[in-house]
Amino acid sequence: MTAELPQPSDNVERRGADRTLTVLDPGPLTTVQDLGRPGLGHLGVGTSGAADRRSFRLANRLVGNDENAAGLEMTLGGLKVRFDHAAVVSVAGAACELRLTHGAPAMYGPFQVRAGDELVVGTPGTDLRSYLAVRGGIMVAAVLGARSTDLLAGLGPPGLAPGMVLPIGTPTGEAPLVDLAPQPGYRAVPTLTIVDGPRGDWFTPDAHQALCAAVWSVSADANRVGVRLSGPALTRRILGELPPEPMTSGALQVPPDGNPILFLAEHPVTGGYPVIAVVAERDLHLAAQLRPGQQLRFRR
Amino acid sequence: MRILPCGDQAVLAEFEDSGQVIGAHRALMRALPPGVTDLIPAARTVLASFDLRRTSAAVVADWLATASSAPAATEESSRTVQLPVRYDGADLAKVASLSRLSVAEVVARHLGGDYTVAFCGFTPGFAYLTGLDPDLHVARRARPRTRVPAGAVALADEFTSVYPRESPGGWQLIGHTERPLWDLSWDPPALLTPGTKVRFVEVSS
Repeated sequence: MTAELPQPSDNVERRGADRTLTVLDPGPLTTVQDLGRPGLGHLGVGTSGAADRRSFRLANRLVGNDENAAGLEMTLGGLKVRFDHAAVVSVAGAACELRLTHGAPAMYGPFQVRAGDELVVGTPGTDLRSYLAVRGGIMVAAVLGARSTDLLAGLGPPGLAPGMVLPIGTPTGEAPLVDLAPQPGYRAVPTLTIVDGPRGDWFTPDAHQALCAAVWSVSADANRVGVRLSGPALTRRILGELPPEPMTSGALQVPPDGNPILFLAEHPVTGGYPVIAVVAERDLHLAAQLRPGQQLRFRR
Repeated sequence: MRILPCGDQAVLAEFEDSGQVIGAHRALMRALPPGVTDLIPAARTVLASFDLRRTSAAVVADWLATASSAPAATEESSRTVQLPVRYDGADLAKVASLSRLSVAEVVARHLGGDYTVAFCGFTPGFAYLTGLDPDLHVARRARPRTRVPAGAVALADEFTSVYPRESPGGWQLIGHTERPLWDLSWDPPALLTPGTKVRFVEVSS
């Protein structure tokens, strides 16, 4: 499925400082994200970056960007922006209605915007996070090698606010060739694959059995750091205190109340509770799309 | 040392004590193998995160195992940072009562410690210092503060630390330092990195 993009009459991609987009309404929470800051964990800086990396990478690929080019991560959509120049844009992740000054573009494929066009992103009916990529990338200043916002660590640009003007980079990569990426169907109760965590032996056989047998619910306590799950209490075999230990994305950390916290991209570098199991890398994008109130299962 | 699984993108190495962790982290940081993206020490463990498309858990585990013979951190191999402190923290009297010592004795014991940065966590540049007098091992506050000022010198459990910037926090505050601990224009941006030796020096008020 390849196609040359149509070339609108004003599509002389401008270079320099006048390549910007202006935020009219950020929606509930929109941040600049890339693939984060790996390699600084020993200084107390987590990798962080886009929560659903599969959708984030897809949005970049669709506009011909490097997979690490900075884009926008929306939580429950709601973003309204004005493009101050012609640009190629894509939106991936949680499915939202898109309205452009001239038309209604589709998600999961590149579309052309003209100078002055406004894009309004609706609220997704399912899933949680959507990603907007612009050909050339969002070129806010890099902090410690990344342009992404780490709300927990206070690094990178603040969350988007009305009136913010974001610089767009000059496109460098190959022009995009794909015009639509097929998406897997939505599953109301997703099943996430787990693999061994470091402290599985701290838990009873009943806890391990319950982890994969139960239907878990996502509590209201859900953000980029992680989601707190409710279900059967996971009981401990070893009751001692765990000295602080490094954490990973996908870790299921179990506090004393027995309800696991599933860590997402912005998880703290270290944690003080044992990790019973870890969500496999291939299913982390499902974890990042869980909404409060939604149910899920785990399987080994 | 033993190797523990930690999902499909990381391997955890567990050591006997913090000195071994610091020595192993220092030895391993000299040459990260291809595909290892982060190497993070904590109290008893070192986590190696990797790109599963570029390497494997088995390869990373073998590499971690080479650190079992690494020398523990020694005085000679570490730099020392002196932090000037004014002992005026909001919890100083409470720490004295919890530890059944006078305020003057709490200050003297804290000043008397030879500290080592065991690891960083919580916020960028927040260093967990080991070497605290056992009589000063106090529990963290039952209700964390929503706002702890930058430079606050604090205690919790077996650790002492300094808050690099204003943040929420549950540690017991005993004083403050004016010395900056985190600056994005430094390389590295953290003053206190794993293995760094720390001495507190009292500034009279």
